[in-house]
Amino acid sequence: MVTETANIKVNRPGASKSGEILVDIRGIKKYFPIHKGLLSRVVGQVKAVDDVSLAIRQGETFGLVGESGCGKSTLGRVILRLQGATEGEVVYQGRDIHSLRGQELRKLREEMQIIFQDPFGSLNPRFLVKDIIGEPLRVHRNLTAKQIDERVVELMELVGLDASRRNRYPHEFSGGQRQRIGIARAIALNPKFIVADEAVSALDVSVQSQVINLLMKLQRELGLTFLFIAHGLNVVRHISDRVGVMYLGKLVEVGETETLFAEPLHPYTAALLSAIPKPVPGRKQERIVLQGDVPSPANPPSGCRFHTRCPFAQERCSQVEPQLVEAAPGRQVACHFPLQPGTAMA
Amino acid sequence: MSDMKVTISPRTSPGALTPEPNQAPNLRDSTAALPAKKPLGPWALLWKKFSHNPYAMTGLGVLLIFILAAIFAPWLTQYDPAKIDMMFPNLPAGAEGHLLGTDELGRDVFTRLLYSARVSLLIGFSVALASVVIGSIIGALSGYFGGWIDTVFMRIVDVMNSVPTLFLNILVLAIFGSEIKYMIMILAFTSWMSIARLVRGNFLQLREMQYVEAARAIGVSNTGIIFRHLLRNSTFPIIVNATLMVGAAILSESALSYLGLGIQPPATSWGLMLSNAQEFMLVDQMQAVYPGLCILIVVLAVNFIGDGIRDALDPRQNINKSRRRLAKWRRNFSKSGN
Amino acid sequence: MAEKLLEIRKLTAGFLTENGVVKATDRISLSIDKGQTVCLVGESGSGKSVTSLAIMRLIDYAGGMVMEGNITFRGQDLTTKKQEEMRHIRGNQVAMIFQDPMSALNPVFTVGEQIAESLRLHQNKNADEAWSMAVDLLRLVGIPAPEIRAKQYPHELSGGMCQRVVIAIALACNPEMLIADEPTTALDVTVQAQILDLLRKLQAELGMSILLITHDMGVAAEMADRVAVMYAGAIVEEGPVEDIFNQPSHPYTVGLLQSIPGFEGERGGELYTIQGTIPPIGQLPSGCRFHPRCPHATEVCRQKEPPEFMIGADHRASCWLYEDKPVHIGDDHSSREEVKPAW
Repeated sequence: MVTETANIKVNRPGASKSGEILVDIRGIKKYFPIHKGLLSRVVGQVKAVDDVSLAIRQGETFGLVGESGCGKSTLGRVILRLQGATEGEVVYQGRDIHSLRGQELRKLREEMQIIFQDPFGSLNPRFLVKDIIGEPLRVHRNLTAKQIDERVVELMELVGLDASRRNRYPHEFSGGQRQRIGIARAIALNPKFIVADEAVSALDVSVQSQVINLLMKLQRELGLTFLFIAHGLNVVRHISDRVGVMYLGKLVEVGETETLFAEPLHPYTAALLSAIPKPVPGRKQERIVLQGDVPSPANPPSGCRFHTRCPFAQERCSQVEPQLVEAAPGRQVACHFPLQPGTAMA
Repeated sequence: MSDMKVTISPRTSPGALTPEPNQAPNLRDSTAALPAKKPLGPWALLWKKFSHNPYAMTGLGVLLIFILAAIFAPWLTQYDPAKIDMMFPNLPAGAEGHLLGTDELGRDVFTRLLYSARVSLLIGFSVALASVVIGSIIGALSGYFGGWIDTVFMRIVDVMNSVPTLFLNILVLAIFGSEIKYMIMILAFTSWMSIARLVRGNFLQLREMQYVEAARAIGVSNTGIIFRHLLRNSTFPIIVNATLMVGAAILSESALSYLGLGIQPPATSWGLMLSNAQEFMLVDQMQAVYPGLCILIVVLAVNFIGDGIRDALDPRQNINKSRRRLAKWRRNFSKSGN
Repeated sequence: MAEKLLEIRKLTAGFLTENGVVKATDRISLSIDKGQTVCLVGESGSGKSVTSLAIMRLIDYAGGMVMEGNITFRGQDLTTKKQEEMRHIRGNQVAMIFQDPMSALNPVFTVGEQIAESLRLHQNKNADEAWSMAVDLLRLVGIPAPEIRAKQYPHELSGGMCQRVVIAIALACNPEMLIADEPTTALDVTVQAQILDLLRKLQAELGMSILLITHDMGVAAEMADRVAVMYAGAIVEEGPVEDIFNQPSHPYTVGLLQSIPGFEGERGGELYTIQGTIPPIGQLPSGCRFHPRCPHATEVCRQKEPPEFMIGADHRASCWLYEDKPVHIGDDHSSREEVKPAW
């Protein structure tokens, strides 16, 4: 299905590769105005997401990584239209979801769902677990109380919870169990696409692996497509087919998981990978310690946004903004001087 | 560094510990085996703490007695509250079968107190209920939507708070006449603002919760989020505020009746009784004491209940009690002496 | 060789709750040598933070107390000290930094004032001296343009900068030991790398001991000389860092290490998991506290709590598997399968 916006020329990682595209993100920008003063004049904008294009294929898990403030969570919310986009469109099944209204939007909610990070804040403390999981069914399906209850039991068993505890409140469950409740709620309507926003980041290691396994099992059994947003790179590596790296609202590198982790092209990706302490003693890897902190997205650096911290920055980097270009088949990078595969970073 | 010694990879270290990769379906959460004691729901928890508060329980008991007395008034007395009996005016307590004596027109004081309780409690609870409805809706809309809706509603609240309430009440009752329904309406109209402020503040905080976003992602409508999700989380603070409002409404009713703008004879209320008693203060002081005491006791009772609920909701509630326990524990078990 | 700076012996610290006394740490023993870094690793609820509060006797302010055991710091027992005496030790000899740098700083004072105050209090410096020392400390912890930064308020600094300031305050009085409770958990990975590097550098320069509390096995592997693994209030395994990571012996340590998805090798497969979750303190199972989650649990595990067995010269684990056998790695691997390392 061709939409009128198809003529916008954007380089969308993934779009050229085989595999049907499920969600096509085209030139998404999300700016938050900064208000100041008595009359709340707009004095500036926080460019949380700045011109990101991306195609997510049917059945894959796309990992989105980056540090806090890079805009990855905002992008996830814009994709689900939990927040409006400042510019750009998200095409799902041939239609821009930001143009949907009323009944069509409600229909979309059945197909796209989200799993949140905070296992405590994401469940209403005054609802029983069965009401939390049954809520989407109550809203979208015309079912009797008994039918809803049956489905809740089924869902709880699917996510590995004891269904006999459905008449309890969320505070009686542990963090991992609460996350399972959130997952059950997300899959209640058989969605096709799920945004997992730091879904395992708040969990302890031993519980985290249980939930990762559960997500992967559900993906296999239910044929889900995931956008897996996380800052834990090892988790992303484990679960994702492809990975995108964000820095200050921009996508700086996209590639197949294996190759991106083995041979990062963007200096930021390389620095991120080397910064993570690995559970291997005595192997002090060559670490690229970045100087300084992430600049404010309200006032991003000129040219390449990473140039203020990049060990390889040159004159050009501070002036010209690099575009995301194809560096190898299925591999995009936004850098004037990408690292050569195989060369170690000094 | 210890490569020469260790020839076995970490995974395989002590052979006995090699995990079987395919052990049991470990997708299942296996913590369900914890003690199966059913924990309490929020209401049960509230009651548990409330019932350990002697003031609150006394207040509740007293209020229940007054409510029952008001409901069963005809069965508790043989007299008619409005029946004038000029044979026996100003009888002292206990005389001629009149438990608390009679007033200047020979009406039985005890009977009049009972029937007055009906009026006072009716007004108190109706006003609180109406205020909760108005205040919650306005507060919820303001807090949830913010923006111009919030600005408009909050300016209305500011204006309402600046109106000299007593004079407005007097004016309205003077124009429309002193009927109970008008009293309830005007009292509710002038007292919903505190609830609106409270609910708005609560909603400003609650709307940022992630479960609200979750509800939105599911496709729950704004109405559903406000009334199903958020209002439920504001229930307890609203109840506390509403309880205290019952007391305030009873006082307002008394004041208006005392001024002659409230309940009109032959009906009666504690405020009206106080007003009548004033003329005979030198003859029979007790006629002022009885209704005054009733007002005092009922208002105190509802305030105790309100405070009791508030304390039960406050996690710091038992802080003094636990300080004492802690000191005792430390004394008995401390190795650090002192 | 090295001199012991801190020695914890059979420390039990508990809290009084509505449901009675709960022991947050249960007879834990640990020692730290001069200049050494010891990592206390464990998941939430394992009692690792309580241990640090108990050492500083800050647990007294949190509604708990040290119930049993000794904490010997430079030959003096901290458990019998009065709070006034502890106040002198805290800050002067043992300093502490926490997870959230923002809440550790007072928002209404400049960062320079906050460092200088600590110097004035503990070292009787006058205002000018204290200020110039504060600026020096900021330089020491790697803050660029310290003269300017010293005059700024905490909200003007980023999280990483704030954590550096907190470290500067901790260092103000030249402590012999630094207790760092999840110092990098709230920070981004690239900033975490900076702070970890800073701690290592400072340790080398100042020769202090560090007790680092973390849930991240990666951080422990990178920083520690010795590692103690805590589970549900007890240290279940302790030893030199190489032993813990190369020859993990307690089934919990093994499980923990294997639950972490790796950076190399195979991906996408099913991850190893430890069944269930940590029991809440006060609801410990009988016998070995890990047995309900342990794939190797036997009858004895269900009934009797395991003592500590030495598995190497300097490596101990509380697990019945090591009863009567000074197990050496590779002793019996008849049923061993070929598994690739996870990292």
